[in-house]
Amino acid sequence: MQAAVRLTGISKRFGAVQANREVSLAVASGTVHGLVGENGAGKSTLMAILYGYYQADAGQIEIEGQPARIGNSFDAIALGIGMVHQHFMLVDTLSALDNVMLGAEPGFFLAAGKKQVRIKLEALMAETGLNVRLDARVDTLPVGELQRLEILKALYRGARILILDEPTAVLTPQETTQLFETLARLRERGTTILLITHKLGEVMALCDAVTVMRQGQVVQTLAIADATTEKLAEAMVGRRVDLGRPAGSAQAGEVLLDAKDLRLRSESGVAALDGVGLQLRAGEIVGVAGVSGNGQSELLEVLAGMQAPEAGTLALGDARFEPARWLDPARARELKLAHVPEDRHACGMVLSFPAWETAALGYHENAEYRGGPAGLAMNQAVMRRRTTEMQERFDVRPRNIDLGSSKFSGGNQQKLILAREIGQAPRVLLVGQPTRGVDIGAIEFIHGQLRALRDAGCAVLLVSSELDEILALADRVVVMNAGRVTGELAIADCDEKKLGLLMASTKAAA
Amino acid sequence: MDELLIGSLVASTLRLSTPLLLCALAGLVSERSGVVDLSLEGKMLSAAFAAGAVGAVTHSAMLGIAAAVIVACLISLVHGFACVTHRGDQVVSGVAINMVAAGLTVVLGRSWFQQGGQTPPVDEAVRLRGLWARFAEPTAGDWIGSIFGHGLLSHDVLVYVAFALVGGVWFLLERTRPGLRLRAVGENPAMVDAAGLSVPLLRYFALMINGLLCGLAGSYLVLAQNASFSPNMTAGRGYIALAAMIFGKWRPVPTMLACLLFGFLDAASIRLQGAALPAVLGGGEVPVQLIQALPYLLTVVLLAGFIGQAHPPKALGLPYVKER
Amino acid sequence: MSQPLNLPRWIDIGLLPLWNLAIALLAAGLVVRGIGQDPLHAFGAMLQGALGSVRGIGYTLYYTTSFIFTGLAVAVAFHGGLFNIGGEGQATLGGLGVALTALAFPQLPAPVLLPMLVIAAALFGMAWALVPAWLQAWRGSHIVITTIMFNFLGASLNVYLLVNWLRPIGDMAVESADFSDAARMPALHELAARFGLELPSSPLNLSFVLALAACVFVWWFLWKSGAGYKLRAVGSSPRAAHYAGIAPRYQILLAMALSGALAGLVGVNEISGVQGKLTLDFVAGAGFTGIAVALMGRNHPIGIVLASLLFGVLYQGGAEVSFDIPDFSREMVVTAQGLIVLFAGAMAMVSAPLFARLYARFKRHG
Repeated sequence: MQAAVRLTGISKRFGAVQANREVSLAVASGTVHGLVGENGAGKSTLMAILYGYYQADAGQIEIEGQPARIGNSFDAIALGIGMVHQHFMLVDTLSALDNVMLGAEPGFFLAAGKKQVRIKLEALMAETGLNVRLDARVDTLPVGELQRLEILKALYRGARILILDEPTAVLTPQETTQLFETLARLRERGTTILLITHKLGEVMALCDAVTVMRQGQVVQTLAIADATTEKLAEAMVGRRVDLGRPAGSAQAGEVLLDAKDLRLRSESGVAALDGVGLQLRAGEIVGVAGVSGNGQSELLEVLAGMQAPEAGTLALGDARFEPARWLDPARARELKLAHVPEDRHACGMVLSFPAWETAALGYHENAEYRGGPAGLAMNQAVMRRRTTEMQERFDVRPRNIDLGSSKFSGGNQQKLILAREIGQAPRVLLVGQPTRGVDIGAIEFIHGQLRALRDAGCAVLLVSSELDEILALADRVVVMNAGRVTGELAIADCDEKKLGLLMASTKAAA
Repeated sequence: MDELLIGSLVASTLRLSTPLLLCALAGLVSERSGVVDLSLEGKMLSAAFAAGAVGAVTHSAMLGIAAAVIVACLISLVHGFACVTHRGDQVVSGVAINMVAAGLTVVLGRSWFQQGGQTPPVDEAVRLRGLWARFAEPTAGDWIGSIFGHGLLSHDVLVYVAFALVGGVWFLLERTRPGLRLRAVGENPAMVDAAGLSVPLLRYFALMINGLLCGLAGSYLVLAQNASFSPNMTAGRGYIALAAMIFGKWRPVPTMLACLLFGFLDAASIRLQGAALPAVLGGGEVPVQLIQALPYLLTVVLLAGFIGQAHPPKALGLPYVKER
Repeated sequence: MSQPLNLPRWIDIGLLPLWNLAIALLAAGLVVRGIGQDPLHAFGAMLQGALGSVRGIGYTLYYTTSFIFTGLAVAVAFHGGLFNIGGEGQATLGGLGVALTALAFPQLPAPVLLPMLVIAAALFGMAWALVPAWLQAWRGSHIVITTIMFNFLGASLNVYLLVNWLRPIGDMAVESADFSDAARMPALHELAARFGLELPSSPLNLSFVLALAACVFVWWFLWKSGAGYKLRAVGSSPRAAHYAGIAPRYQILLAMALSGALAGLVGVNEISGVQGKLTLDFVAGAGFTGIAVALMGRNHPIGIVLASLLFGVLYQGGAEVSFDIPDFSREMVVTAQGLIVLFAGAMAMVSAPLFARLYARFKRHG
């Protein structure tokens, strides 16, 4: 069977990051081909190249046997490639019909054109089973219907190759089932489907073949008959980089943080947290493993007080919190809870501030930082001295406290934030993606700091999409998937296979 | 309340609403495409000056109107250059244009006409006159003739053009291809870009329509309402038009109603001057400043969400940067 | 409002604004040429009129005073992430506050009354800014539109009160009664005379010192105080501020309150210092000039003082030139001001890529 899409040797670099490295991939016509990998594995970049958003630095693309040059999305559409984005490209205030028509209107006057488009769409809907209320305003439609609309849009423009980017991220289980029925029907019709996902269960249920990517490269391509979720999980997370695990650690002590039954829905209405409970004890590091986007970020935000959940309770030290009167970041810090956010740029620092001002962020109300008349001013001498100490302790380079926060490299920014949070001697530390974008030397240092903190009796919650990191640091591993805790293991009981299975499971832990 | 009063009120309302309406429609088209337009005042003023200057010199109304439209379009181009092509701040650009217009119109006026900033009055023949002369005044005793005749039919062509343009703008936005794209680019430019259309081109298109309408508004002030340009003659009408557009929630027909309301308030304020406030409100006179301030007050109340929500186009004011 | 580009600091805050200013002045010069005048002659006459005599300097500094107040007002709001175009209205209310206080307590001695006037001006201006601020923070109403509306409302209020309440009976001019001498900010030439210094009379008064003091205060507030730290965090990075436990709504109120208070102080300069009574339209566009000043001064007190001086020179020089060259009027200054806002504000980044390329090339070869 001819390959609908053949990519050969695709490479793409963004600055210092090699997003795609010599990627080669062949997708047979009329099949559903899964593309799996962690965040940052390079699958989104690859599809963006296929759809014309980027041009590859090297490599060839062949569509249906013909070499193709895809300079922009218009070219891609002309070649029969359609894309359904993760964040829908729809205009809320227009009707579904208008959205499909936009850019491909049959004539100057819409009235006549709409009739034509409607006839064509109704035929398409009958053929594929994709039902969408064409005259409804988009902002009144549920997410599942919006996704069908996006698929219709692509098909209307003659897409024979359909790229779906994480389509089930925003769907409820029922909507997911409906989507799969639709995709199966499209496959029968002869459409080639490329499914970007990190949900291994879906891959096994729907795909004919699957390609696993990691760190910009293709790890392997399998026919589905030869694949199992374990194999895929192993391929996705890669071999363990042995960062070593020092012998002995402090015994876990009293419970410092106790969260029960946290529930939160995201903007699209999907459950981001679906009854999550968690306990943190003094002197232990709890690692939250799982593919990004399964509620870990929301968990951090809720525990840090940046967002209130819809249901659940939190006990932090002696204080109790309920959704109506939830924790807020200032109170959290008062209760000696520190937070190293996942998004260090937008949250963890004020980029326009110099380092010595960022180093006080969150703690700017502390007594030691007060000075001047009646405590109204900030004691800049103290702030500067502390920043210098922080830079020394954490080897932040360059050692310039007046440098703008944005001018430090990612790793040094992270070190500064860690220095700030750890420097307050917290009792509980929440930390998200601590070594994302950080060089290897700094990683070792940061890991050492987290262990030292744990040994000193702090409770640490570590969220990381790097399984290696979790395995190297955690005393106890909690696995999350689809907003639920699917399993909890002591570190001694952990291995990649078990964890991979838990990461793909959708059953809540007993 | 006699037929003379009602008739002349209706007529005044329509006349006073016309420049507001044209400007408000101009702002509407621009903002629906995502470009904030605070420079309505400056464009209307510059257009009025152009119409007055060219009209006086060439003795031709057509040339005057043409000049007004060209000037307003040029200014829209500058705004587009700064904001669409170079992603400058749209609010600052609008404020800057208003300042330049306020100054430049007087500077040029003084230099060219030596009348302290005024342009010489245009000939009677050049001025736009009512289309049906027999309705020019309300007649006592004749209710139909006064209200419908004088009220509605005594106006010059620009008034009718303005109200017809309400339908025109509506039709353009809702029933034509460019209109659909224009509406989309103000809500989700990324989507329009992904569909292969040019976001800047669509926005410049909107700005050109904006310039055309502002040009007509300025022409009206000089060729129909007054006979010549005088410094700062727009007197804040551009901002009232902005208020009307927001009050009309960025839709043509409600905007027209808002303009009629504000025009009515303007017409009524002259007649309400000296009118007595009911005793329950303390007696005394209706302050004319209150009536003059009503359009602004109503806009604030609307924005505060007390009379329904004002949902601007989602991408309004945000310069579009191709994310990919 | 700024785009991320790789420009070294000295180009970003030094060379680029000066370049934009130069282009604006060039454009203004073209206009002058266009009306048949010689730009260089006009420019020279302007400088002469503004700085060539002690009296001229006095006038220049008097204008500078008002611009410093409105420039600081816009800058403080910017640091909080807000665009305050309501300086005109807030300044009008400030003047109103001065007038009401002065007329209510004519018998108080100057050392008591003058500080009261300053406080009244600040409070009235603050109140006029707080309503749009509250609407933005709690109802999401766009502050740009509401402050523009409030400008008109402020002017209307002023007219109403003057016509109906403050105008002495039988007076034709739309003005309030004259204030007592104690309510007048002492003119600097009068103060100088007490020290034996002979200075030509000019409207320059003690408000100038107040303006400089305000600069110091704003500098201290923004970069030294805890409240300023929080304000800048919210203005620069609302999410990081949320992370840090800073509540944005109160910062919006604070930023606008301070902004309105600063703008209100224009009333001290104009009403107490110069007019001695409440008049119509005494703000005369200073609110809008404040925007230009803040943009040129990069929202920093030092830059604002320099930019205010620039505009003071433009205004005073412009007035003098219009005596000298009949075709050259005050409106030329307004035009120049608008061109500056256009090139240094809206089009500030147009030349930035060019500079970035030149700088990169220079670094490679240098």
